Amino acid sequence: MRALDRKLVRDLWSIKGQVLAIGLVIAGGVATFIMSVSVLDSLRVTQSVFYRDYRFADVFASLKRAPESLKAQIQAIPGVQHVETRVFAPVLLEVPGYPDPVSGQICSLPDHGEPLLNRVYLRQGRLTEPYRDDEVLVSEAFAEAHRLKPGDELGATIRGKKKRLRIVGVALSPEFIYQLQPGAVIPDFESYGILWMGRAALAAAFEMEGAFNTVALSLTADAREGEVIDRLEDILKRYGSLGAHGRKDQISHRYLSEEMRQLQKMATMFPIIFVGVASFLLNVVIGRLMATEREQVAILKAFGYGNGDIVAHYLKFVLLIVLIGVAGGIAAGVWLGQGLGRIYMDFYRFPFLLYQLRPAAVVTSVLVTVAAAFLATLYSILRAASLPPAQAMQPAAPARYRASLLEALGFGRRLAPPTKMILRSISRRPVKAFLTMIGVAFACAILIVGRFFSDATDYIVDIQFKLAKRDDLNVTFIEPTSERVLYSLRSLEGVRHVEPYRWVPVRLRHEHRSYRTAIRGVPEESTLYRLLDQDLRPVAIPEHGFLLTDYLAHLLGVRPGDTLTIEVLEGRRRTLEAPIVGLVSEWVGVTGYARLDSLNRLLGDGRTVSGAYLEIDPRLGRAIYAKLNQMPRVAGVSVREKGLRNFYETLAKQMLTFAFFNTLLACSIAFGVVYNSARIAFSERNRDLATLRVLGFTRAEIAYILLGEMALLVVAGIPAGFFIGHWLCAQMITGLQTDLFRVPLVIEPSSYSFAALVVLVSGVLSGLVIKRKLDRLDLVAVLKTKE
Amino acid sequence: MPSAPRPLSEPEKIFEARDVVKIYDMGEVQVHALRGIHLELYPGELVVLLGPSGSGKSTLLNILGGLDRPTSGQVLYRGQDLARASDRELTAYRRHHVGFVFQFYNLIPSLTARENVAAVTEIARNPMKPEDALALVGLADRLDHFPSQLSGGQQQRVAIARAIAKNPAVLLCDEPTGALDSATGIVVLEAIERVNQELGTTTALITHNADIAAMADRVIHLSDGRISFVERNAHKKRARQLHW
Ligand SMILES: Nc1ncnc2c1ncn2[C@@H]1O[C@H](COP(=O)(O)OP(=O)(O)O)[C@@H](O)[C@H]1O
Ligand SMILES: [Mg+2]
Repeated sequence: MRALDRKLVRDLWSIKGQVLAIGLVIAGGVATFIMSVSVLDSLRVTQSVFYRDYRFADVFASLKRAPESLKAQIQAIPGVQHVETRVFAPVLLEVPGYPDPVSGQICSLPDHGEPLLNRVYLRQGRLTEPYRDDEVLVSEAFAEAHRLKPGDELGATIRGKKKRLRIVGVALSPEFIYQLQPGAVIPDFESYGILWMGRAALAAAFEMEGAFNTVALSLTADAREGEVIDRLEDILKRYGSLGAHGRKDQISHRYLSEEMRQLQKMATMFPIIFVGVASFLLNVVIGRLMATEREQVAILKAFGYGNGDIVAHYLKFVLLIVLIGVAGGIAAGVWLGQGLGRIYMDFYRFPFLLYQLRPAAVVTSVLVTVAAAFLATLYSILRAASLPPAQAMQPAAPARYRASLLEALGFGRRLAPPTKMILRSISRRPVKAFLTMIGVAFACAILIVGRFFSDATDYIVDIQFKLAKRDDLNVTFIEPTSERVLYSLRSLEGVRHVEPYRWVPVRLRHEHRSYRTAIRGVPEESTLYRLLDQDLRPVAIPEHGFLLTDYLAHLLGVRPGDTLTIEVLEGRRRTLEAPIVGLVSEWVGVTGYARLDSLNRLLGDGRTVSGAYLEIDPRLGRAIYAKLNQMPRVAGVSVREKGLRNFYETLAKQMLTFAFFNTLLACSIAFGVVYNSARIAFSERNRDLATLRVLGFTRAEIAYILLGEMALLVVAGIPAGFFIGHWLCAQMITGLQTDLFRVPLVIEPSSYSFAALVVLVSGVLSGLVIKRKLDRLDLVAVLKTKE
Repeated sequence: MPSAPRPLSEPEKIFEARDVVKIYDMGEVQVHALRGIHLELYPGELVVLLGPSGSGKSTLLNILGGLDRPTSGQVLYRGQDLARASDRELTAYRRHHVGFVFQFYNLIPSLTARENVAAVTEIARNPMKPEDALALVGLADRLDHFPSQLSGGQQQRVAIARAIAKNPAVLLCDEPTGALDSATGIVVLEAIERVNQELGTTTALITHNADIAAMADRVIHLSDGRISFVERNAHKKRARQLHW
């Protein structure tokens, strides 16, 4: 059927604008799908390869201090394969030429041989030599942030003792793919680093000789993780256990899993919208095509082409449009996928990314789009093909118009004839008009979704880091320390206000539910760390009882007034019963709160603190950091403002890429919908419009008749898009609400107006393209051709 | 299905229509387009169906060509009843036995003259080369022109070339000159005449123009869905000699 194939190609070419517009929408859907699925697969495969080759442990526990001899007991737990005891030590660092405080964690490496579990991947340099107490490896992210390389030196304070450390290598680890300073939300590679040091040297510096404070286990295939964890906690109880957990509660692993869930959502939701819109467009365009090709179909049938041949011919036509879109989409998806993969690599520090494009993903995207396109067009193709040729030869009956609803309601007389034509045209095909409007609405909605994540992030930052936390510096101590330490903080020059806090690891129980978290003791008059309720009003902490993060209350199924069982996982390990007296609205993490003095009393610990928030004179910042660095009890210092800045810098890069891509996608939809609808209206009505021109209507007047309808639908689509956008955002965040963070459903007015603006601009652009066609309307030729 | 032509020695009728009735059901009204047609067509003859507009000529031709089915009656093509043939059989019938020419040419606008013909020869069993068919209608020099680049008469001749390129047994022409001026119309009729004489294709030609009837072997007069009378032209004229 070579001649028919030529017809197909030429017909495609003659509506290339529409083919392109539809192709772009399809490409958008396929690209999003391929991008998110390929990155998802890449992350999964890379993760599992990295985990396997670098022996990521199955169970983790931390504790205060236990003798190395305990290792045999742990090894004896049924189901345990390997045991790796380690020393983790907080460290204050001085990076040459970098004035702000830097803290980190040093992890021990065995002096002999490679670790059995959680091995390090050496990117540069070499491993530390046994017993050398001045050699360290630094994590790659930290090294990159400060441009450190093997041979460079760092100043360090471990347990108040100064040391000089020489970097011998740059490394990565499956344990720290996502590197988060305790209490932080987003990685800050400048002010927090992971380091590795020989076990003996680190133990000596941290006063942990012959002992360990962290242990990691791998399990045999038939082991039951839950039982092993229980046995392990049992053993560690007497040694100040801070709790044991499986991979799913390991911070780095959890963040990675959450990220993948988010990607999974994106991999389904966006493509569905795009394929839906593309199907609608194909339905309209092919419907119109079949109407104009009636006679050609009839003639082909008269010459002996069967119904099957005709259907196949037009399905091929649809297939070609789809494949153009799919091919573009796959290419764009791979390109974007690799780009997104690189962005992920900034946050998730894998040593390598094994980019995966599974054939199944490609096949799925092709099959789904082709199936949707066929479904959308089959009806009009079948109908045209099955029309008896003798009947198809006759011109179609003239379109039936009737008075529009507005006219029926009696507004008719007030409307000018062109406006009546617009309204009648809409009411003649209400479904098509509605779908056009919905298409525009989805373009608008996608833009809103695109802006939503940065709105939500802004909101979290505003609430959590500006309204709630208002400190300049957060100083943490190595272990709970006597309140007296506060005097030395207060006496530092430039420190205006000091507010201590206590932090106790606990397990909260209510009926059959339990949750491991911490309780934070805060002073009665807390101004640097404020607890807010749902309406963002400060919540007072009563003398007795606890407050809970609202989400934690939800997890435990408790309400104010209920009583909680609190197992303290530190010190005397008491078990307490206490009432919940209120809820705190928070978006990041979950915690319990109590009055500092009451908490200390309940714990029987006297007046101890775990850290303090400082308000300082910013001009004296450097001097204060330097002094803090020399205090033996200080484990870490973090600067709120810097954390925020870094947060935004890393995020901005990601958001910008995302927003740009998103805007492009939405434009393709808006343009596709508006252009196609207007183009079809033009081809359906160019005779009428030419007649009007002959009768003396101006170009502007006929443009108004044709484009006025589009304008009306676009304008109606925008508020509908606001609703759909809001709804989509709500869909996006269900399932993303976790104890790590909740995403608030906050959409800024500026995002709504941005979405509206982009939709309007693409509407105007497609209107201009059609306007050019209208202006070139050849009056005589149009009237001569028979329809 | 009448796919295999019978031996020519048999004294056959190509078509035999018996009591063909066609009623269009328009909901409120029924249009009786054909009210009982009896008709025979013989191999190689050129028949003109003459009648005023609305007399049922196109309806009859469409039924003969397998584009439509009668409401009742029989339409035998070489002994096979088209009225009872399935869609598939009708498609094969049109594909292999019939060539159509319509008043408005109905060429495929996105295909050149040659390709318009090829679209048909590609699915035919024993076709001519498209170039030869076009040469037969005097368009050897317009092979690669698109319909929009051809005059009405040229387009109609492309349509004739397309209709005859498959070497059909019958050529059915529905007012082939209806949209043309008389000089151009005569050129088109000459092409049809040539096909009828050189290829021996049985030809039925519809017109409401009595002058054209002079080129027929037989003239079948239709009015109001019935055959009013049939006349045989003792001296048929050449197309070239016609004028109106
Ligand atoms: N598809 C159709 N539906 C309804 N009526 C039709 C249809 N085709 C033809 N007719 C009617 O049948 C009658 C015969 O039409 P037609 O065969 O086209 O006549 P002719 O070709 O002689 O002008 C006319 O009255 C016409 O209106
Ligand atoms: Mg007719």
